[in-house]
Amino acid sequence: MTAYHRPTRLEDALAIRAGADVAVLAGGTDIFPARTARAAWGDPTHKDVLDISALPGLREISETDEGWRIGCLVTWSTLIGAALPPLFDGLKAAAREVGGRQVQNRATLVGNMVTASPAGDGIPILLALDASVEIISRRGARRVAVAEFLTGYRTTALAADELVLALHVPRLHGGQGGFRKLGARHYLVISIAMTAGVIATDSAGRITSARIALGACSAVAQRLPALEAALIGVARAQATQVVQPHHLQSISPIDDIRASAAYRRDAALVLLRDLLEARA
Amino acid sequence: MIDIAFTLNGTPCTVAAPPFAPLSDTLRERLGLTGTKEGCNAGDCGACTVLVDGAQACACLIPSAQAQGAEVQTVEATQGEVGAVLARLRAAFLAHGAAQCGICSPGMLMAATDLLLRNAAPDRAAVRDALGGVLCRCTGYAKVLDAVLDAAPQAAPAPEAGKAVGAGIARLDGVAKLDGTDRFGADEAPADALWLRVVRSPHASARFTLGDLEAARREWRLDAILTADDVPGLNAFGIMPALKDQPVLSDGLVRFRGEAVLGLVGTREAVMAVRDSALPITWHPLPALHGTAEASAAEAPQLHAHAPGNLLIEGKLNRGTPARDIANAEGRFTTAFVEHAYIEPEAGYAQPAPDGLGMEVFACTQAPYMDREETARVLGVAEELVRIRPSACGGGFGGKLDVSVQPLLAVAASKLNRPIRIVYSRAESMASTTKRHPASITARMSADAEGRFTSYEFDADFNTGAYASWGATVANRVPVHAGGPYRIPNLRNRARAIYTNDTPAGAFRGFGVPQAAIATESLVDDLAEQLGLDRWEIRRRNAIGRGDTTHSGQVLHASAGLPECLDALKPEWEAMLARVAAHNATSPRERLGAGIACMWYGCGNTSMSNPSRMKLTLSRDGTLTLFNGAVDIGQGSTTVMAQICADALGLPLQNFRFVLGDTSRTYDAGKTSASRQTFVSGRAAMETGLALRRRILALANAGEDAVLALEGTQLRVGAARVIDLATLDADLEAEGRYDPPTTALDENGQGTPYATYGFAAQIALVSVDTALGVTRVKRIVAAQDVGRAVNPTLVLGQIHGGIAQGLGLALMEEFIPGRTENLHDYLIPTAGDVPEIAVHLIEDPEPEGPYGAKGVGEPALVPTAPAILSAIRHATGVTMRQVPVLPHRLWEQMR
Repeated sequence: MTAYHRPTRLEDALAIRAGADVAVLAGGTDIFPARTARAAWGDPTHKDVLDISALPGLREISETDEGWRIGCLVTWSTLIGAALPPLFDGLKAAAREVGGRQVQNRATLVGNMVTASPAGDGIPILLALDASVEIISRRGARRVAVAEFLTGYRTTALAADELVLALHVPRLHGGQGGFRKLGARHYLVISIAMTAGVIATDSAGRITSARIALGACSAVAQRLPALEAALIGVARAQATQVVQPHHLQSISPIDDIRASAAYRRDAALVLLRDLLEARA
Repeated sequence: MIDIAFTLNGTPCTVAAPPFAPLSDTLRERLGLTGTKEGCNAGDCGACTVLVDGAQACACLIPSAQAQGAEVQTVEATQGEVGAVLARLRAAFLAHGAAQCGICSPGMLMAATDLLLRNAAPDRAAVRDALGGVLCRCTGYAKVLDAVLDAAPQAAPAPEAGKAVGAGIARLDGVAKLDGTDRFGADEAPADALWLRVVRSPHASARFTLGDLEAARREWRLDAILTADDVPGLNAFGIMPALKDQPVLSDGLVRFRGEAVLGLVGTREAVMAVRDSALPITWHPLPALHGTAEASAAEAPQLHAHAPGNLLIEGKLNRGTPARDIANAEGRFTTAFVEHAYIEPEAGYAQPAPDGLGMEVFACTQAPYMDREETARVLGVAEELVRIRPSACGGGFGGKLDVSVQPLLAVAASKLNRPIRIVYSRAESMASTTKRHPASITARMSADAEGRFTSYEFDADFNTGAYASWGATVANRVPVHAGGPYRIPNLRNRARAIYTNDTPAGAFRGFGVPQAAIATESLVDDLAEQLGLDRWEIRRRNAIGRGDTTHSGQVLHASAGLPECLDALKPEWEAMLARVAAHNATSPRERLGAGIACMWYGCGNTSMSNPSRMKLTLSRDGTLTLFNGAVDIGQGSTTVMAQICADALGLPLQNFRFVLGDTSRTYDAGKTSASRQTFVSGRAAMETGLALRRRILALANAGEDAVLALEGTQLRVGAARVIDLATLDADLEAEGRYDPPTTALDENGQGTPYATYGFAAQIALVSVDTALGVTRVKRIVAAQDVGRAVNPTLVLGQIHGGIAQGLGLALMEEFIPGRTENLHDYLIPTAGDVPEIAVHLIEDPEPEGPYGAKGVGEPALVPTAPAILSAIRHATGVTMRQVPVLPHRLWEQMR
């Protein structure tokens, strides 16, 4: 029988987390489908559950000295409705394309990241935002960059006794975020490929900062340092012309039911150009 | 189990429930609010959408523990702002025909309520965004969007006596579909029912042996573990009268992944707790044959003793002698398994009759009388001892023609002698029930210099999967229709159904004809191109019409409106071509394309008797009751039969009561399939109405045109006569029957396979992002000869829904056993994928049909996919011969 914990105090949650191997549930939108899929083929067992949705103070997006703190219970809908600068436009665009509104109203950004699916819609933009992860356990707190947090296909650096408490997004003066998702239908679709980026320009319109990431094209979404470097100093209006196939050397797309690897590689280039074409 | 306190539809409520149980389950099973539907339990379909603290959410993704302290609103809400919005939406859904089967309607209503509470006057895009998370398989979404946008819905006025046919009235069974009270297969069961869970093969081909089941039964605290040995009658079912090839429970050899092996019976908690891997089943996997090429290879193992070469059946049509001509086209085409994806997974219950002999089965179905026959055989009892009570059917499309849960439930209820219920999971439904046949087609077509078609050849292998199901129909329906609705003097058509170790393929809207049309219509475009003819023009020149002879040698004496369909589309076709040319001149990447396709479709079973029979009674207490055995699976037959019968009798619809589809109370009205209900059962309903009218007129000695009126027991006949029904010796009763006239097909496929045919043409406008290979359908215009639109609202609903399914077939739907057994990997169109649709109804009356009507449901789907492919070709220059046209496939062809 699956034990179900829904503590109302963080220290209780951490004690449970430290004491047992539990599945952490916030919005539930990943845990229930996975449970349904296993049960359908005769495996009704489930890890004990630590439901963190009753923990206080984790549903807020707050401004901090360095930027913004996004609590681990912040949903996609909260993000869509929040007053945030253009830096977050990519995150908001991603939020609008996650599932339907039903899912957006319950699912959390942090949950999307912790599930660490290669097709997680929130992950590329978190990489582009240079976000970091606030982690806590009874042993103490630590901060890890999202890029280090994601260690592989559906694996993370989170230890068995730890919880992700929040995400931190640093300021970027004049930063503009963007997001492009490709799927085979309009709503409710798992990405074939997606790109996300954050770009800042100087007063002359030249790119001073470029952080570009690609999702669903490798086991873990990744930044494209070669492309980012090539974009620095380029006039914003010329950015699309910078994108070249060799910028994608690090990706390793696969053939699956949604698309072929060769297509993904080519589509990624198109999506990157579309992303850089976008203005705000 | 914990106590959860929350506000439910405005009222405080406390329920004891497992904290990890989905809220949808707690609402349905512990609080009895079955208006909230479960279609997938994975957040993929949105049928379970409720409001939590005013925001829409999938109740299947919410742990019940999270309801603590929340405000939850469901489709049953009547109070406050939510109740008011729901009331308006219900009226609008009724008026617009936005609910068909009704299984997604609660989810649609709650998603729309969420929107309207935030935004009282949304635009269409906002409605689409709000409803994007709810899948509908029936309506094509257009009417749903119209309904949500209609702030002041007006119901169609009730037609007066004699004016029901032709009126676009709201469906008569609509109210229950919109207030959550309609009873689908999972919504009703006796309180003391035990649960049945089926253990299914994870292997596509394997032998197995069973160990100590009694020990397992005790260990898991089950009431029983059923095996093949527990089937009291014949452990076999199947559609073909002489070939019952699928076991209820496998006797040791499984032929597809998902085949039923064991039945676990016990409390719900007990059957759901069992780990399949802990059961004493020892598997011996065997090589599996996937696809027709593997299964027809010389060295392939034989899957069934009766089928050498794994050939189930082969059908032919030969006429004239095909030869090459001035223009010649040829191609190889492949289509995928397509899943019906009705939003209601199979469910129901069985209970032994109080007399200890009979068995009653309540379940979703399209074919109650065939279910009765199959269930009785499996039980080894007379058919009369089995009663099938169809539940509301949450979508069928052919997938609920075969039995699924019925024999399993009956075997379990018979063995345990108590009520047994079952609800298939989405994965179980997808893995174990039938699909559209994948086809591998080679076809050739020739035309003379004027573009007249002269020859056609078609050779196709259809993957019928592990068991026959409706595979036999490959042999007759497909060769008859393959050449398309054109005058072609020389044809040679071959179609084979081949057994494999894949999921059984069966009936699915259009049965094999949509696959064939993809090939044929592509070749027509080839010929047009070779001859420099417009694609509309070549079709118009060859369109079969009144007085022409079909490929099976049948002369079409009436109701053959394809030329009129094409003529209706001509102005829009030309406008579409102009729009495409103007756009593409300045848009190298986003290309538009226009496409066109035609179809024909024989209504009713192929060359087989398929009668319907109905009964109408006028009781001495003044109650007028139509006993209608036709199962309404959302298409609206309950309403259509009533409209027809009312006009035949000459009384208004308000006078009617109905007894629907119950094998113990209604006559056999055949299956809801083959686009036959309006045509065949509709004619029976008309004959029934006319028969009662004749009795009344004779009783009153009144003339044929006497006007009837019924008030209480007073039946007014004409101006002068009144019959007091209370004074009669007996209730008035009349019956009507109809069986469409057909003849058998000879060895060359020649004969009269159908009494009438539906015809249609569609044009499609698509845009293709040529850099990404992504196709969006922007507009479809359909013209369909329906004989007579008995209820134009319902007819439009069928056409919209058919188009949505055709779009899915063309662009996204591909069932892969073991890989796409859910509704996030298997994609069906959402509210954002279906384009604007315009429809021209052509009414070329069918003399055999009731008031000229003929079938509508399947024809709507057939031309859509080929029209979209034609448009993609126009946009890109690439001819796609494989569906679905996933972005990467189009991209590859464009390289």
